[in-house]
Amino acid sequence: MKICCLVKEVPDAAVQKRIDPGTKRLDRSGEKNLNPFDTHGIEAAMQIREGGNAEVEEIIAVTMGPETAVRALHKAVALGADRSVHLTDGALEGSDVAATGYALAKVLESESPDLVLLGQQSDDGECYTIGAVVADHLKMPSLTQVIEIKLEDGRIVCERQAEYGYDTVEIDLPAVISVGDAINEPRYPSLKAIMGAKKKPLDTKATGDVGIEGDRVGTAGSRTQVLEMNPPPAKESGEVFEDEDTAETVEKIVAWLDERKLI
Amino acid sequence: MGGILVYALHDGEGKFNNNSLGAISEAAKLAGELGGEAGVVVVGDVSDEAAASLGNYGAAKVHRAKSVEEGLAQPIIDVMAKVIADDGYSYALFGGGLLGFEIGAGLTARLNAGVTMEVTAVKVADGKLIAERPVLQDSAIVDVGYVGEPGIIIGRLNAFDHKETGGSAEVIDVEVELSEWSTKARMRQRGEQRGADVNIEDADILIGGGRGLGEKDNFKLAEDLADALGGAVAATRAVVDAGWYPYAAQIGQTGKTVAPKLYLAAGISGAIQHKVGMQNSESILAVNKDPNAPIFEFCDLGVVGDLHKILPKLTEAIKAKKGG
Repeated sequence: MKICCLVKEVPDAAVQKRIDPGTKRLDRSGEKNLNPFDTHGIEAAMQIREGGNAEVEEIIAVTMGPETAVRALHKAVALGADRSVHLTDGALEGSDVAATGYALAKVLESESPDLVLLGQQSDDGECYTIGAVVADHLKMPSLTQVIEIKLEDGRIVCERQAEYGYDTVEIDLPAVISVGDAINEPRYPSLKAIMGAKKKPLDTKATGDVGIEGDRVGTAGSRTQVLEMNPPPAKESGEVFEDEDTAETVEKIVAWLDERKLI
Repeated sequence: MGGILVYALHDGEGKFNNNSLGAISEAAKLAGELGGEAGVVVVGDVSDEAAASLGNYGAAKVHRAKSVEEGLAQPIIDVMAKVIADDGYSYALFGGGLLGFEIGAGLTARLNAGVTMEVTAVKVADGKLIAERPVLQDSAIVDVGYVGEPGIIIGRLNAFDHKETGGSAEVIDVEVELSEWSTKARMRQRGEQRGADVNIEDADILIGGGRGLGEKDNFKLAEDLADALGGAVAATRAVVDAGWYPYAAQIGQTGKTVAPKLYLAAGISGAIQHKVGMQNSESILAVNKDPNAPIFEFCDLGVVGDLHKILPKLTEAIKAKKGG
């Protein structure tokens, strides 16, 4: 069994994120990190490998992004992936969700995985859609926000929460599964794994290497256009204070509740 | 031209999801401005009467695929792609919710269409739709336009209100041949309830518990405080998925939407998926040890501190005040 884990480099959570007023795109400069949601996908792959119900020959981390995205791949490898694939090409810059999903599907197609795993969302874009876009391009079944994956006779049985409660769904492989963060607690990489990550094989691919049609990606190939960016309607912000003396804090809360006749 | 197609999710027993009804009303309004009609796709066992009743929210036509099971996205993508191809809808609109996200995303790939998600408002300009979407933890709003047709709009939970306008929709049965990969996922069980059946929607005061509580047993802190205030306890998806609290108490994207007089968020970071389910509460009080938690951006009173210290003392103080 071959598992591909889609990963993404995102601005570190501690970094103030902003939109570049010129390009109207997310300013992705500054400290970067592996999307924390994707670490759950890698951990899920590792648990399938260690679970013993299937022989996992390879776990491959796959990303699309600028040169710096290599760091996210190193991190993914430190967490357990055997090797990685980096799709990088100036032609991809400015790709929207539709174009990104198409490009990722093409690079995945070149690996013919039995299972594609990814996190339920990216920490920066706040979109939960890439898995389903990729799946339809690959003509594979798909499920998102999965919190349990069990292997059963060459199939997977997944659980996830949807609108009316918990669903249990059996899915034939190959498949694309986005996992929720409740699925597992990702392990910490060992120092040895971190040190060794840069030595693991890393393939760098350009659009032409995986048959991506140039007119379907990048700003020109995107099907949406950001026209304008505005601040949200002003909202009076509440008072936030630090608890220094808990007796005083409680007194303050009680007075606040009392004022609103909530006690 | 100018038609907008909506997917209406139902519970399998003839009751449609409120967010879907909101999407129908929004589509009817927008289609009116574009000079088109709002159509709806429903799948599964939906009676003539239930399907036609969507006209009451503004649907002109209801395309019903009886043989397609409700609850999994890909067969519904097949239905919507066929209806869009046959009837020439210009846009597809989804209310907030998990299934709408999955179907909208898959449709994007199928039709090579633009998609915008987490949309909070849609406007018409020069005969086209423009979607407004908050980004970066709601610190900016971008206007997104579409290149070509169709355009796909996935709403944020509760973004669109439903309005009853009266009227009945024309019901059209559609036969769809499913894509091969759409038959490779099969529902074994749908909508399993986990944990006790608790009622949080009628409470005036809710204590919401999140991962910051630390462990399952610490929900006792929230329950004691709720008892003292005469309220109920709600939870985030993270702790429900972890098995700390019943699904029926969950607020947010795949849970309930509430608007109590007081929402006290204990150890809740305030991620968008939770925020959309409780942001209309009259007063929001947050206790969280992380000063950067998004909840502090939209609460009325915020305390940066250890809830394990604050909550028990607060419970005591309220009891004392009520007793005195």
